[in-house]
Amino acid sequence: MSDVQSTSFLSRCRRSRSFVVGGLLTGFLLLCAFVSLFWTPGSAYDIIITNRFLPPSSLHWLGTDQFGRDIVSMLMTGTQNSIVVAVVAVSIGLSIGVSLGLLASARRGWTEELIMRFSDFSFAFPAILSAIMLTAIIGPGGVNSILAIGLYNIPVFARLTRGSANAIWAREFVMAARAAGKGRFRITFEHILPNILSIIIVQATILFAIAILAEAALSYLGLGTQPPEPSWGRMLNEAQTLMFLDPMQAIYPGLAIATAVFGLNLLGDGLRDILDPRLSRKR
Amino acid sequence: MTDCSSHVPVLEVTDLVRHYRLPRESLFAKPGHVYALNGVTFQIQRGKSFGIVGESGCGKSTLARNVMALEETDSGSVKILGQEVVGLSFDQLRPLRQHFQMIFQDPYGSLDPHHTVGRIVAEPLAALGAISNAERDRRVAEVLESVGLKTRDVTKYPHEFSGGQRQRIAIARALITHPELIVADEPVSALDVSVQAQVLNLLKDLQVQYGVTYMFISHDLAVVEYLCDEVAVMYLGEIVEKGLTENLFTNPAHPYTRILLDAVPKPGSGKRRERIKLKGNVTGQTERRVGCSFQDRCPMVQDLCRSEKPPLKEVGPDHLAACHFSDKVSAAG
Amino acid sequence: MTLLNVKNLNVILETSEGIARAVRDLNFSLEKGETLGIVGESGCGKSMTALALMGLLPEMGKTTGQIELNGENLLEKSEAEMCKIRGNNLAMIFQEPMTSLNPVHTVGRQIMEPLRLHMGLTKEEARAEAVRLLDRVGIPNPRERIGNYPHQLSGGQRQRVMIAMALSCAPDILIADEPTTALDVTIQDQILELIQALVHEEGMGLILISHDLGVVSENTDSIMVMYGGAAVETGRTDNIFDELVHPYTQGLFAAMPKLGRAREARLVTIPGTVPDLVNLPAGCTFTDRCPLATEICRNTPPPIESIDARHAAA
Repeated sequence: MSDVQSTSFLSRCRRSRSFVVGGLLTGFLLLCAFVSLFWTPGSAYDIIITNRFLPPSSLHWLGTDQFGRDIVSMLMTGTQNSIVVAVVAVSIGLSIGVSLGLLASARRGWTEELIMRFSDFSFAFPAILSAIMLTAIIGPGGVNSILAIGLYNIPVFARLTRGSANAIWAREFVMAARAAGKGRFRITFEHILPNILSIIIVQATILFAIAILAEAALSYLGLGTQPPEPSWGRMLNEAQTLMFLDPMQAIYPGLAIATAVFGLNLLGDGLRDILDPRLSRKR
Repeated sequence: MTDCSSHVPVLEVTDLVRHYRLPRESLFAKPGHVYALNGVTFQIQRGKSFGIVGESGCGKSTLARNVMALEETDSGSVKILGQEVVGLSFDQLRPLRQHFQMIFQDPYGSLDPHHTVGRIVAEPLAALGAISNAERDRRVAEVLESVGLKTRDVTKYPHEFSGGQRQRIAIARALITHPELIVADEPVSALDVSVQAQVLNLLKDLQVQYGVTYMFISHDLAVVEYLCDEVAVMYLGEIVEKGLTENLFTNPAHPYTRILLDAVPKPGSGKRRERIKLKGNVTGQTERRVGCSFQDRCPMVQDLCRSEKPPLKEVGPDHLAACHFSDKVSAAG
Repeated sequence: MTLLNVKNLNVILETSEGIARAVRDLNFSLEKGETLGIVGESGCGKSMTALALMGLLPEMGKTTGQIELNGENLLEKSEAEMCKIRGNNLAMIFQEPMTSLNPVHTVGRQIMEPLRLHMGLTKEEARAEAVRLLDRVGIPNPRERIGNYPHQLSGGQRQRVMIAMALSCAPDILIADEPTTALDVTIQDQILELIQALVHEEGMGLILISHDLGVVSENTDSIMVMYGGAAVETGRTDNIFDELVHPYTQGLFAAMPKLGRAREARLVTIPGTVPDLVNLPAGCTFTDRCPLATEICRNTPPPIESIDARHAAA
């Protein structure tokens, strides 16, 4: 038996290296998005043709694009769009998907059948294709791409939640809770959810990264964020034709996406460790 | 309910039947069944320990779950303190559950790793509702002390404890509502010998202290002999022999009981004692057979056993056995 | 020549909490056709000893000392040589046969694989040999069973398959680590009897590891009781139970509920739990739980005393 006291949540956070690094990266992006609401070093919108393809300088930290817009400013404003899309889309998938999964697992029987067949059905459509279909019907734009990506996330979460929840339902401590007289609803919130939370969080950060990529893909296809709003995906799209003229144009937004994805994955890994009381022991 | 007269048995199980349906092997095949319990009847008097012995697949854990009203029962009756529990809804059962609690086999799986010890132990109280925090903390402290844990352990998590201590936590959880009946499903089989002895002694002490009744399930005959006043031996979902521990262990009247007793290795008895050996495995639970359930493995099987099912009949005072030839079995010992 | 001779065997594990001395200064030997029982509670080092013999310790483990098999020190062998030895001279069966068998292959295939690999048999020969082995370990209808998957067999039958696999290369030494712990008593009886018969017929050496004094007592020629990574009492099985010398062995024996003993007698318990292998006490490892402990136990490790020629205690 270890006589080390259960350490506080905060000090556990500090000890997880991936949580710290992931948190710093994600925090940096959030800060960029937030700052860009009030201030950007240059203008992300003003087209000044005479300034096109300027090299990095003290005025334009990363230079300008083919229309003379400041790249740093575009990246910062683009962070806003990407993060808003990803957060909202994942939240939609998370809240609806997890609820459906927990419900399926708690009720079993035909409820489970129905929910799972529904999710199989939606799995049959490839994510990007269905997003394209959806935006084709209700029209392109930021909000619609959020909806499209969010809807796609629902079955992913529902499936994962049901699978891991079923495994927890089979454990003896759940049997003990039932023997104590706890109802299925209560057990779901007191025992099932805490035990699968870490899995869901990790999945959420992965899907968060995928959502950023999906937004980029939709924007790249011209179905997501509409011009003149900058987004990482649209920047990539526009840089494509200039690949040989000025490759840095594509590398910057690519790096931004990679940073976001990497940071979020690290954050998810770290969170999973922190939420596990077994890892709170001396290390 | 707690003040009912003392001659009402704490637990009365009558003709309990539980058959599980297997998933169909193909769309047109008839679904198979697992015949887990085929009419089990017994009573446990207040303050006694009743042992249920059998090998894996004999239905003893199914019996525990049905007594605890944790799954649907096909037919039969389970009365706890005279109150029928079969057929009650989960909500109707909730207020009754404080009278019967359970201890599980696996001290690692039966405690939620995300809950503190205090929360785990208080769980049965939480389900009763309406109890003040101070009262809850008082009872948690009291019950932790009575199982030999420290009051300051309430803020720790299960992983900080050894197997034996975890089983103490599980016992504390079962005790907190001061139940009349505790169903213990193999509570010591996952523990080391020295720790097992500590837990067995604790269970004995708690019985004296709280006057609790045990339904004690185990595959280990020695453990059952040590703890129980009365024993039932189960084979393929039926009780094949039942009696007071001293009678049944000294003078078994069913060949299966005799073989089980013989099969237990005894330290210091030298190499390879002479004894009756048992052939084959526990035969399927998925088929219903005519005649005795033990016929496939019985060393003294006769034609009668294949055609006619032996009833559970009296072979001595408070001693029942289901064998056509129980006189012969007893005489052989 | 002695079949197996172990001298000063030490196993250390580098854990995140420090260096754990899982096995300390173990000495024992084994002759052909002889059975050695290793008894102890979880964490006493009995499984680590077995893994060290097999050369299968986890990455963080280090072994020192001597393990002489037919006069050759196994600790000086390369991994490739050990692989060969494991196939031909040493075999091991584990506690849980379900996890030691691959669920997606038929048992026939799993028995045939090492036969074809180590002995260079053709597919037909290997098949015939597998049928013979399954028949040998008492599996009915081996010709049909060979096509079964592990989940289609019962626990006892799976353990028989494991034994068949262990036998397939006619090993010199069979190490059985809790071979019957997961099984029912009547099945345990059958399996132990089978192992006994095979050891007798093949003239193998058997190391039987168990937590159950009864199992070891009925199936071995000599016994080694382990506690906290070290042997605390060794001796011939017949002698050791006549007079238990070490307080731990006495405690273990007293703590065990025994059939036929009246219920009135309260079980004597060993207080406390097994020692932390990372921070072993300076003296006798049993000090904290020992009813006879004195100051000298706390500070000085006890010497090994020979009670008589065939019985020693620490």
